[in-house]
Amino acid sequence: MTSDLFRFAAPQAFFPIAGKLIPWFSILAGLLAIAGLYVAFFVAPTDATQGESYRIIFIHVPAAWMSMFIYVVMAGWAGLGLALNTRLSGMMSSALAPTGAMFTFLALWTGALWGKPTWGTYWVWDARLTSELVLLFLYLGFIALKQAIPDPVRADRAGAILALVGVVNVPIIYFSVQWWNTLHQGASVSLTRAPAMAATMLLGMLLMALAAWMYSIATALARVRTIILERERDAEWVRLQRAAA
Amino acid sequence: MMQAFAFIVRRELRLALRRKGDVLNVLVFFVVVASLFPLGVGPEPNQLRAMAAGVAWIAALLAALLSLPRLFAADYADGTLEQMLVSPQPLAVIVLAKTAAHWLLTGLPLALAAPLIGLQYDLPANALCVLLASLLIGTPVLSLLGAAGAALTLGVRGGGALLGLLVLPLFVPVLVFGAGAVTAALTGINPAAHLSLLGAFLAVSSLVGPWAACAALRVALD
Amino acid sequence: MLETTALTCERGGWRLFSDVAIALQAGGLLRVRGANGSGKTTLLRTLAGLTRPAAGEVRWRGKALDSESRREILFLGHAAALKDELTVLENLEFSARLSGVGDLRFKDALERLGIARLADLPARYLSQGQRKRAALARLALSSGVPLWLLDEPFAALDDEAIAQLSALCASHLAAGGMLVLTSHQDVPIAAPDARAIELRG
Repeated sequence: MTSDLFRFAAPQAFFPIAGKLIPWFSILAGLLAIAGLYVAFFVAPTDATQGESYRIIFIHVPAAWMSMFIYVVMAGWAGLGLALNTRLSGMMSSALAPTGAMFTFLALWTGALWGKPTWGTYWVWDARLTSELVLLFLYLGFIALKQAIPDPVRADRAGAILALVGVVNVPIIYFSVQWWNTLHQGASVSLTRAPAMAATMLLGMLLMALAAWMYSIATALARVRTIILERERDAEWVRLQRAAA
Repeated sequence: MMQAFAFIVRRELRLALRRKGDVLNVLVFFVVVASLFPLGVGPEPNQLRAMAAGVAWIAALLAALLSLPRLFAADYADGTLEQMLVSPQPLAVIVLAKTAAHWLLTGLPLALAAPLIGLQYDLPANALCVLLASLLIGTPVLSLLGAAGAALTLGVRGGGALLGLLVLPLFVPVLVFGAGAVTAALTGINPAAHLSLLGAFLAVSSLVGPWAACAALRVALD
Repeated sequence: MLETTALTCERGGWRLFSDVAIALQAGGLLRVRGANGSGKTTLLRTLAGLTRPAAGEVRWRGKALDSESRREILFLGHAAALKDELTVLENLEFSARLSGVGDLRFKDALERLGIARLADLPARYLSQGQRKRAALARLALSSGVPLWLLDEPFAALDDEAIAQLSALCASHLAAGGMLVLTSHQDVPIAAPDARAIELRG
């Protein structure tokens, strides 16, 4: 059984599988997004204090969840690659990084857009936004390190070490930012104190989160196919692919 | 193992003594950076006193960052690092020894220079003591995690700036707990909680840092 | 005692060599030949455990390379591993302690390479050839280390030094040690069991 699984760990075997899976995940992502947005705009009730502008949490919160989740998955792939010395694992972690960084940026941006009508400023140093900012730096560092090392095998291994160090430190960083925030915030300016959750609001956020998850998988698979073609460009099967195209 | 640790630390100290410039550069940089902040934000004493903790810690972070690329670079260039990797001494011991020497030459002097910052920012005695304590506990973390960063960026283009991008986010807890302790002391709160959390983070770093540095060195010399 | 099976190495995406098989016993000398860039240094570094092979394995005393085997393998690369600020003697002392050799007769070692008079000179004042000799002085203390892996040891040496190095190597082999070295020229070491391997690109 494990030998069957390991067969798919070869980039050449994984390439066509990824290609077949992408449309399915894309369709799922689309359907879930439509459902989620419907709930977000038409089903969830208007908030008593914030009015309609609160609805941005349906993007802000799922984006923040995904940014964290993708980092952990990315670190997981990286760790797998270090332990088992498989090429594909490193490629998967490279494929996930830009999507993770995008969600982090999206969380920050929607946080700013939420802050303006609610608190009057685009940026508040609340715990979640500050943590997201540090997470963005961690993603950028990972991407920068991989870019800076020309040899792909070495880049994968160095990136994996960095990602594992990051994943251990992220909970500590989050905790320390939380600590810092509660110390310094007398009056609580907090986006994390979202309006009391109606069940429909939670449903909307969950649907959007699932949509984001499916989207991430689809994008990562598409990106990893590009990475495979680039890394394995001297291999026979890639040349045949290009000749056939 | 202790013997190996000792003779490597001794060698690092001996080399630094013969080169002389390095340790002083870091110290002077620390003091200069701390002196620039009042020039940037104005000389109002109350404002400066409130900023002192953060300024001192950020200056310490930057000064440590400055000295990190050198941690492995020289040994890498002249072939000593290669010998360290094939040596029967455990690589972890070698890395810990180099990290300890780095702290003795960077972190410790920075901590001892804290009174200068206290003077410039008019910190009361109790806050100054807490600043010293926080620097003594926190600067080893800079060396431990910094060593991992230095090993990861060994021989890589854009080394210095890239190293900063990699390790500064990891230093956030040190900054929060370290500067937080001093601010607590200033406002009359017991800084023990902050300092204990700093100590806990030091414990975690002393496991994560050397592991990552060893792994990264093996990757770099593959 | 040293064996490799189907050893294959890649560097920067290029295959350097494949299916290299080596079997070296006590007293054996193996010379690695090949054009520039054919992978001689990479092969040596793979035997030392620095580089991971793309395929195949290296075995010492029947086991994979580990921390135990590092005690029995000496590797001298291209770089002399000398610190300019330290004297020749201090450099030798450090590399001896790092490699864990028990022999502490540093002055004698320097004598065997003809640089005893330079013992207290900082390494920055040495000529290229003298630096090489200082790096090689370690060999005089390493008779207890069975396997020597030397990368271009004869490069930059004058006739006198070549003779001294050859003598060191010959006595090592006679005592049951093993030697793998890379060299462009023929190796002037008297060895009963001498073999050569050629790496082609």
